[in-house]
Amino acid sequence: MKLMLKGGRIIDPSQDIDETMDLLIEGGVVSKIAKNIPAPRGKAGGGAVVLDMEGKIVAPGLIDMHTHLREPGHEYKETILSGSLAALAGGFTAIACMANTKPVNDSRSVTEFILRQAACANLARIYPVAAVSINLEGGCLTEFADLKDAGAVAFSDDGKPVADSGLMRQALEYACSLSMPVLSHCEDRDLAGEGMMNEGFVSTELGLTGIPSISEDIMVSRDIELACYTGTSVHIAHVSTAGAVELIRNAKARGVKVTAETAPHYFTLTDEAIRTYSTDLKVYPPLRGIEDRNAVREGLRDGTIDSIASDHAPHSSIEKDVEFAYAAPGLIGLETSLGLSLALVDKGILTARQLIAIMSMNPARILNVPGGSLRKGELADVTVIDMERTWTVDMKTFRSQSRNCPFHGWALKGKAVMTIVGGAIKYRDNDPHL
Amino acid sequence: MILERKDVLGLSDFSAAEIDLVLDTAETFREISTRTIKKVPTLRGITVINLFYEASTRTRTSFEIAAKRLSADAVNISSSTSSVVKGETLSDTAKTLEAMSPDIIVIRHPCAGAPHILARLLSQSIINAGDGSHEHPTQALLDMLTIRHKKGAIQGLKVAIVGDVKHSRVARSNIHGLTTMGASVTVCGPAMLMPRAVERMGVVVETNMKDALRDADVIIMLRMQLERQRSHVFPSSREYARLFCLTRLMLENAKPDAIVMHPGPINRGIEISPDVADGPQSVILEQVTNGVAIRMALLYLLAGGRQ
Repeated sequence: MKLMLKGGRIIDPSQDIDETMDLLIEGGVVSKIAKNIPAPRGKAGGGAVVLDMEGKIVAPGLIDMHTHLREPGHEYKETILSGSLAALAGGFTAIACMANTKPVNDSRSVTEFILRQAACANLARIYPVAAVSINLEGGCLTEFADLKDAGAVAFSDDGKPVADSGLMRQALEYACSLSMPVLSHCEDRDLAGEGMMNEGFVSTELGLTGIPSISEDIMVSRDIELACYTGTSVHIAHVSTAGAVELIRNAKARGVKVTAETAPHYFTLTDEAIRTYSTDLKVYPPLRGIEDRNAVREGLRDGTIDSIASDHAPHSSIEKDVEFAYAAPGLIGLETSLGLSLALVDKGILTARQLIAIMSMNPARILNVPGGSLRKGELADVTVIDMERTWTVDMKTFRSQSRNCPFHGWALKGKAVMTIVGGAIKYRDNDPHL
Repeated sequence: MILERKDVLGLSDFSAAEIDLVLDTAETFREISTRTIKKVPTLRGITVINLFYEASTRTRTSFEIAAKRLSADAVNISSSTSSVVKGETLSDTAKTLEAMSPDIIVIRHPCAGAPHILARLLSQSIINAGDGSHEHPTQALLDMLTIRHKKGAIQGLKVAIVGDVKHSRVARSNIHGLTTMGASVTVCGPAMLMPRAVERMGVVVETNMKDALRDADVIIMLRMQLERQRSHVFPSSREYARLFCLTRLMLENAKPDAIVMHPGPINRGIEISPDVADGPQSVILEQVTNGVAIRMALLYLLAGGRQ
């Protein structure tokens, strides 16, 4: 099938393109980008479906490199199917899912199961992230080569730090030899203790045990030094502190191969929001102070932070409708990530082009997966964005099975209105003009 | 004048006028407890549930007596285990209780913010009787009643709060209440038991007890919350007492007429020496007496506010 996206503002950072053009998709790949491509004519289905993209941004498909899909094991929170539907509605053509399922994705059979479920769903591309250590216990490494062979794209014990520096060193060295990234959840568990929120004035007033920002900074520093010493690369997940941003900035300046991501809640909210004791705001790392929030924004602006990932972490009311101390950490973000990120463009912190790179090209490069580009011959994964579209976040309409979203009722500007995976329209907003 | 609020969750949002109202109302109730027949019919037909998820003797008894002296029906529910361990969520317990039509629910809970869940969920008035390390508003109100009684006014007094400030809900509620009423508050304790950025609550922070007590009109000693701490937080009780026990000698650093308070139960010889606890400057038992009056006042004001 042929698809012609006509007259949209094509933003493709990989080719340095930002102008009004047409995009032609044939056979599931990009076949042409040019101005005024004549509609292919043909008989017996040879003709292209032409879609008017005037006023819309046509971008490489967005990639969320950090989600939790809960399958296998916690299907009452999310499944690969429901998570994929949420991804598409949020404008993501591909998502990476973390290993803390039940059982943990620490063996070929689990990785293959995830990919089989993804193939059955046939919606967004699903990239399994396998565990660094068996059962996320930080004891011994998983079979990296076998997991890679099965289809894992990266290794991470996300949700838990790899506390043992020796094990982390081995993981970085071994993964590097296989050209695989390691995504590091940076947290010094001894410093974090039984903390529930950021340590500071708000935690003091609320009487909630605090997690100091240095519990993140110290581990980021360790991982940077490990990567530097061993000449490997490391990716820092969900950066939330000003200290971590500064450490990563300095490391990049001295040539250490470090990349980083942050999540929308870290550049949108601060710990002040927790004054209601809403458990939807309980998340690890915790929402930080205003200086941290601003530093994360600056880190995105100056390129210190490479990617935005939602850290989509579905939980049901069973885990969330309880006392703050007992609530499971995490919030869902697949369906709000783009809208919240576009606010940075609206505020003038990022250009639209920067944001597209941060949400497509950069994660594709970090994970070493296809996509993130509209170059001729690339997979036709495309996200169409309406920057002017204002909408209200309504949990009731979420495709995700869970409702732990602190942004319910927020008015956002900008939304994905069409998501195309491999040349097939997988999501289409109820926009009459499309 | 009536208290324009459904719940009493903490003193962080109480105005000086509201605090005055509660203290003035409590004054009028103090006398009832001195009568031969210590009961008035004021809250007849009102049901008060004391929902205690944490061990408590004085606070629970105080609320129960307060309710009964006003002729309200008081029901006590104690659970030594948390709702999670018990298998029923706090929300489910709350809805179950609501279905029995109480008027006021008093809750003590080991988790900060637990009373807020009830307040959001239920139409009944909720009184926080202590939530984790967050607030204990009735304790601070009874402390302020005691201070006002002894000192005439709270405005302009220097109050020293000494001990494990980090884990203390009594400290937090007193800081809010006392600063709102115009007292200057100094907090003092071991450096690792001082919560971060506590000075932004409008207090002076000292780690030397002598400096903290200088010119103090009121000394509030906090209970060493051994049950609320990770084991290795302070080297030993002996070392703690050496630096932070209110002894007679240490008390000499305060004003000669300074009063000594403690929310109880006291750890004799750890945060306070027996001779000070039982000495002439101690008002610890008067605090307990005032506790009943404060709780009567709050039950009355909350029940009255809805009628």
